[in-house]
Order: sequence, then C-alpha cells, then structure tokens
Amino acid sequence: MLDAARFRADFPLLQRQEHGRRLVYLDNAATTQKPQAVLDAILDYYRTTNANVHRGAYSLAIRATETYEAARERVARFLNAWAPEGVVFTRGTTEAINLVAGAYGRANLRQGDTVVVTAMDHHSNVVPWQILCQEKGAALRMVEITEDGRIDLSDYGQALERRPKIVAFPYVSNSLGTVNPAAQLIRLAHAVGAVVVVDGAQSTPHLRVDVQALDCDFYACSGHKMLGPMGSGALVAKPALLEAMPPYHGGGEMISKVWDDHSTYNRIPHKFEAGTPNVEGAVGLAAAIDYLERIGLEQIAEHEQALAKAAIERLSQIDGVVVYGPRGHRAGVVSFTYGDVHPHDIATILDQDGICIRAGHHCTQPLMRRLNVAATARASFYLYNGLEDVEALATSLVKAGALFGYVPA
Amino acid sequence: MDTSPPEPKLRALYQELILDHYRRPRNKGMLEHPTHAVSLNNPLCGDEIDLHLLVQDAVIRDVRFVGRGCSISQASASMMTQLLKEKSVPQVLTLAGRMSAMMQGDAAAATDKALGDLRALAGVSKFPVRIKCALLPWNALTDAFKSSA
Repeated sequence: MLDAARFRADFPLLQRQEHGRRLVYLDNAATTQKPQAVLDAILDYYRTTNANVHRGAYSLAIRATETYEAARERVARFLNAWAPEGVVFTRGTTEAINLVAGAYGRANLRQGDTVVVTAMDHHSNVVPWQILCQEKGAALRMVEITEDGRIDLSDYGQALERRPKIVAFPYVSNSLGTVNPAAQLIRLAHAVGAVVVVDGAQSTPHLRVDVQALDCDFYACSGHKMLGPMGSGALVAKPALLEAMPPYHGGGEMISKVWDDHSTYNRIPHKFEAGTPNVEGAVGLAAAIDYLERIGLEQIAEHEQALAKAAIERLSQIDGVVVYGPRGHRAGVVSFTYGDVHPHDIATILDQDGICIRAGHHCTQPLMRRLNVAATARASFYLYNGLEDVEALATSLVKAGALFGYVPA
Repeated sequence: MDTSPPEPKLRALYQELILDHYRRPRNKGMLEHPTHAVSLNNPLCGDEIDLHLLVQDAVIRDVRFVGRGCSISQASASMMTQLLKEKSVPQVLTLAGRMSAMMQGDAAAATDKALGDLRALAGVSKFPVRIKCALLPWNALTDAFKSSA
C-alpha cells in the first residue's frame, strides 16, 4: 500500500481539523482535495501567463495559448487519446456527455432509434439521453444490473439486439465501485454498429485508462475528481467523429467566418470550445495529472482496492451493516446501510468525528430503486486515505449504532 | 483511536422520543378522501413525504402521512400529525411559524408547549444542514394551503 500520510502532507485542506478532529475525507467519488502543486500551478498561471488564448498577437497571449494547448496535450498523453485535437476541454463529465448528446446525438439519432444506458449510470449519463430521445422520438433502453451490482450481460446482449445507435455506460460505478468490463462492452456494441460513450468520471482518477485500447468513441472525464480544479474536464473522442459533428455551443473561438446569416466553423477541437475557455482549469488539470503520474495510476488503483477490501471486511463485522456492490474486484467506493439508521443520520454522526462521507442516492436514483433502498451511505477513497481512515470510519459507525440502540453505548 | 461515547450534541439530536417517532410513526397511512394531498421531496437527500389532510370548515379533521427518509424528517412528520387534528388552518400555520422559529434557534419557540413533542427537535438547530429535514413535513403542510388558496 502507499504511504497515505505522506501524501496528506501535500494537501493543505487535509491539514485542517473538523470539530476538533483530524479531517478524514472519504467523499472522493464526489470530489477530491487538491495538492499544493495544483494550487501553485493555478496561481502561477495567473501571476505569470494570463491572457486570452487563441486571440492576442503579443507574447503574453502566445504563452497563454501555448500553456493551454500544452495542457491539452498532457490530457491526450495521459489517456492515450487518438490525437490532441480529439480532446475537447469541458466543464466536466456532465458537459462532455451533454456535448455528445447535443451535437452527435442530435445529428445522428432518428425517430424510432434506440439509445442504451445502464441502470447503474449516474444521472449525468441518463438525463441527457432522455432529453435527446424525447426530442427525437427515440427509445431509451436501460440495461439491468445483477444482484451483486454488475451490468447484466445477458440483458445487455438483448438491448443490443435492438441495434442501438448509441450505447453509454460508466467505466466505474460511482455508487457501487463496480469496474465494468469496458473493452468487452464496447466490442459488443460496435458489433451491432453502435457508437459508444464511456462515462469516465470515476475511472480516470483511479485506474490506468487507455482510450485507444478501449476503442470507445467518446470518453468523458472530470478534473475535480482527480485532484484538479472544479469546472475542468474533457471529452476525448475519435477525431473523425468530432470532424463530422455539428457544433454544440455557438460563440467566439468556435467559428471560422461569420456572415450576417450563417457561419463556418473552426477546426476541431476549437469548434467545440465556444467562448473564453477555463484556462486555469486546464492548467490545474495538467498539474494534477503530473502529480498522479509521479505516483502511478497502477499503484493508486492497487492502494484503493486494498482500502475497499479492508473497509468491506471491517464494516461487515458490524452487526446490521449491509455493503452493496460486487464482493470481488472493485474500485475504492463502498456503499452501505446500517440497520434502520438512515444514511443521512449516519453522515451527521460521522461528521462530528471529522469524517466526511456521502449520504443519499448519489445521483443514481434508477440504481437505488433496483437496490430497493432510498439512500445509502458511501465512503470513497483516494491515495491520501489509509487504513487508519477505515478504522476511524468503523469506530464512528459503532457510535451511530449506539445512538440508535444497535450496540451498547 | 477514539472510542469515547457520542457527545451531548448528538445525544440531544437523537433523543429517545425522536427515535420512537421514527420507528413507530403516528398517523401513518393515507386518507380515503383527503381534501388536501401534497407530495414533497428533498432531492438532495431523498427524503419524501406524502401528506393527506381532511379539512372541513377550515378545521383539520384528520391527517395521515406516508414518508421515507431520515429520523429527523420522519419524526418531525409524525410529531406534526399529532398536533394538527381539530386545529384551524390559521392555527396550524402559526404552529408552522413556531416550528420554523425553533429551527432558527429561537429559545422561546423551543419551550413553547404548543409544539408538543416537537420540542425534542430543538437540537436540530445546531445542525444547519438537517433543518430542511425537520421542516420537510411542515413545508408540505404550508404547501397544502398555498395550493388551495
């Protein structure tokens, strides 16, 4: 396992206390804390490089543009994108998926067509497709999950028999930590001619991702879930698909020529980046990638899997705790319930011990309905969490049990 | 490792009376012919309530609720229903105001006998994010009379 305490020293926020206790931050699937290196990169950008990109003829603006484009290349290299121009900076995963639905989907989906998503998708990979399907008179087919929280492959096969135009799924489930067999799902979808959109919000921060090896068509990710700033993220796509797509947002930067009544559009990726981009976000994201790469995504994945395993073992020892999701291989996300102690109450009680967990539906209401729970409590780990955090979680959970009469106080 | 018992603030939040209402909610169910029916949920945490009222001559004759959610929201709903019967609409709206004041930390409201068992929820005011849980059923109640206005 990694030396989590050593990494914590790199994160100013993790030095803070909550309610007089060491902050134990276990809500990394929601967002992650930022290392000093990322904060420095953002500050340094504004101190030395800030100007509007792709516009100015002066040296400062040229440097700003180079910095922004270098960040794009950094993202491309990190995910093994087809080309830097196949990386469109977005506000995050949600905007990236909306871009695909709004541009690719609008141009290619017809009445009677089918879009396939899964019952474990985040609302951000469900609602954009619902909106698109309603607009087009197309059908949305939601693939069922198995009892232990995996995509039901036989139902996936049945859904593909409808020869969907678009298939979308999460690489890693934000609620259950399930690591889906992405390459296999993509191969099967391609065999029936579908274009595949992978929600990479929870995979990009936690495991080595190679989009060319996956052979997906679109891959969406968020910077803030991988130590980068909020409002940063990317859509990574096969360049030919982006070339053929109409624009998403109209405005400056995305145009080539503007006439009174029509316009021609810029080359990719700029065609999809209307307006002044979030340059500090791109710069911060590149710095976050540098930080992650120094440690190694393989090492991070291994560390988190060990934490998840330890957490599942430890929590399962507490009478009344139910852990959801696959028992074997999974990412560092552990969703659970504790008797009739509502997850919201659990979160309040743990907070008094300085422990931050998520309680609720995790933006996966279709999944919660299938698990037959209104909400779960969720602990999600990152490289700065250690076994001591798992122990703190379990100890505090026993306190919750005492308050609700499950264990003697 | 810290193994100290839960602190007083939490004890005050999760009193026996609250857990009792949470686990054995009063007036749970639905009315066959409600004059007012309101569904409200808190999309942030998933708390839900369906509130049914039977109002005749501006007096609440009967009340039932069905809900899913945390101990605070469900206990608040159960305690609220105990107070409503045979009270006039203006009276229950006044109670809603007192409840809201108690959630804002108003000490006089927290000892107001008119709030009945609900006074046990006074500790919620120390947990700002949970105030919306305690007020969910009350918001359903005030919505019921807004929509009929």
